[in-house]
Amino acid sequence: MDFTLSKEHEMARALFKEFAEKEVKPLAQEVDETEEFPRVTVEKMAKYGFLGIPVPKQYGGQGCDPLTYVMCVEELSKVCGTTGVIVSAHTSLCCDPIQTFGTEEQKQKFLVPLAKGEKLGAFGLTEPGAGTDAQGQQTKAVLDGDGYVINGSKIFITNGKEADVYVIFAVTGMVEKRGRMTKEISAFIVEKGTPGFSFGTKEKKMGIRGSSTYELIFTDCRVPKENLLGKIGQGFKIAMHTLDGGRIGIAAQALGLAEGALESTIAYVKERKQFGRAISQFQNTQFQLADMATKVEAAKMLVYKAAMAKATQAEYTFEAAQAKLFAAEVAMEVTTKAVQLHGGYGYTREYDVERMMRDAKITEIYEGTSEVQRMVISAALLK
Amino acid sequence: MKIVVCIKQVPDTKGGVKFKPDGTLDRAAMLTIMNPDDKAGLEAALRLKDQYGAEVTVITMGLPKAEDVLREALAMGADKAILVTDRVLGGADTWATSQTLAGAIRNLEYDLIITGRQAIDGDTAQVGPQISEHLNIPVISYAQKIKIDGDSVIVERQFDDRYHVLKAKMPCLITALAELNEPRYMTPGGIYDACKAEITVWGRANLADVDDSNLGLKGSPTQIAKASDKVRKGKGEKVNLDPAESVTYIVSKLKEKHVI
Repeated sequence: MDFTLSKEHEMARALFKEFAEKEVKPLAQEVDETEEFPRVTVEKMAKYGFLGIPVPKQYGGQGCDPLTYVMCVEELSKVCGTTGVIVSAHTSLCCDPIQTFGTEEQKQKFLVPLAKGEKLGAFGLTEPGAGTDAQGQQTKAVLDGDGYVINGSKIFITNGKEADVYVIFAVTGMVEKRGRMTKEISAFIVEKGTPGFSFGTKEKKMGIRGSSTYELIFTDCRVPKENLLGKIGQGFKIAMHTLDGGRIGIAAQALGLAEGALESTIAYVKERKQFGRAISQFQNTQFQLADMATKVEAAKMLVYKAAMAKATQAEYTFEAAQAKLFAAEVAMEVTTKAVQLHGGYGYTREYDVERMMRDAKITEIYEGTSEVQRMVISAALLK
Repeated sequence: MKIVVCIKQVPDTKGGVKFKPDGTLDRAAMLTIMNPDDKAGLEAALRLKDQYGAEVTVITMGLPKAEDVLREALAMGADKAILVTDRVLGGADTWATSQTLAGAIRNLEYDLIITGRQAIDGDTAQVGPQISEHLNIPVISYAQKIKIDGDSVIVERQFDDRYHVLKAKMPCLITALAELNEPRYMTPGGIYDACKAEITVWGRANLADVDDSNLGLKGSPTQIAKASDKVRKGKGEKVNLDPAESVTYIVSKLKEKHVI
């Protein structure tokens, strides 16, 4: 087994790192403080193809593999968790399902501008009563002539008000499954500006504060029939497949946050003096750093492995769940230790680790909580 | 329009300068980057390509490892890349380097040659103008703005507190300043294409109209006695004074050191 990166991957990492350092890092604190969506950064990322990394060139993308995309989210998240998740939600949750399940017409109409970064994407599955229990969907879509009429609402939607194209899930009927009546869920592509589609409240969040998290409201929102994504009733499958990819993106975000916190801490402990010595000279500091670095490296292996599985395997549910579970928990642990090693300063907003710790928490929750990942992993082990 | 851009792989001084025991640079131990002035020159060429349409060829002389900067240039948008590498070309000073590059460029069609003003590892600013001499074409150095006007270029040349506007018939050579522009980033897809692209590799045999006596260490009149890291400045002195007192204090210090 060879763990060295290819020339492409090395160059891509250098590119993402340089971009993150020069364009993203200087704004990270301000984005967090003001909770403003970093529109200028998104436009720059669009210009350089960062919003269509794994999309084939024929659909306006960069034609790169999932690992290259993962390294982009990782490097962005090292300096700004908000920017990392903007790219992840757009790419994994909107471009990917359209690329995988869309018709040629849908790909030309929606995927091409999304991959070129002319439009931004979002994904709406979660509802007030349907989080981990995705079957609890209340939003309904009813066929009416040449279109579907959607009624209901979605919450906690990343890129909420800033996106242009949304992949939305709604109940289209009831079907019998193993002797029980269950909801038939379907996926739709909804464009911003469609009559009946509006935005509710903006969430005030603990972390990733610039990512524009909104409630989406559908009131007799009519979408054309040709905006049905996949087949009728295929929604649950599309959602689960999409989340497998999404989890790799969030795992990359978590990995980046952990790496960023570790790098900041290494620099800090060399500078910070107590009892006449740099605190890096104390064995407690050294052992903490050793544990942090080892866990970060282990997380990286799982995340990269999941990315490679997405490139080479039809199914990668298991790898994605393991990567997200581990990377998210490592991110939380490492950022918490980073704050601890920074002492009182680490608790102030002057230091990046404070923001990183708040940003890390969400990686254990969204796109499937850590508990859901454990359910997915154990289900595969026990089947 | 055909544009040739000369680029150089140089040590990344941000990563620290390392020396061999004999006092020469230990290039293998240092991180490398595309020379900043050259990158600005490449960006200028790519902007001319965007604006007027052009074929941009990048060329470098160096070790096989210098291929890295060529691939970076391709990933930024250059069309072709040429690596001039040969043991007999090693140890070249600016004279031998410009002879080598001119020998390579003689094989190419070009309207414009762009080089960086100078490389951060040598700081001579000689190679660009020397190439123009060897090729017998005009040179405009220290370009801060470049425009095409029919078969001519109009260049703003930086000069102390002002700039000169110069017009030259093409073919000609321009040396670019890092301040000329903000170079673009590579794109992920561009990187993939660049890694697959074929790089033309030339050796001594491919150089046109160059005498062996002008190449490599033997053809280099410059002798480097010793290279050393720059002497770091002292910490300086910090004083907290109100503005009026500061002026008096600074003037007294300048007088003390016979500056004024």
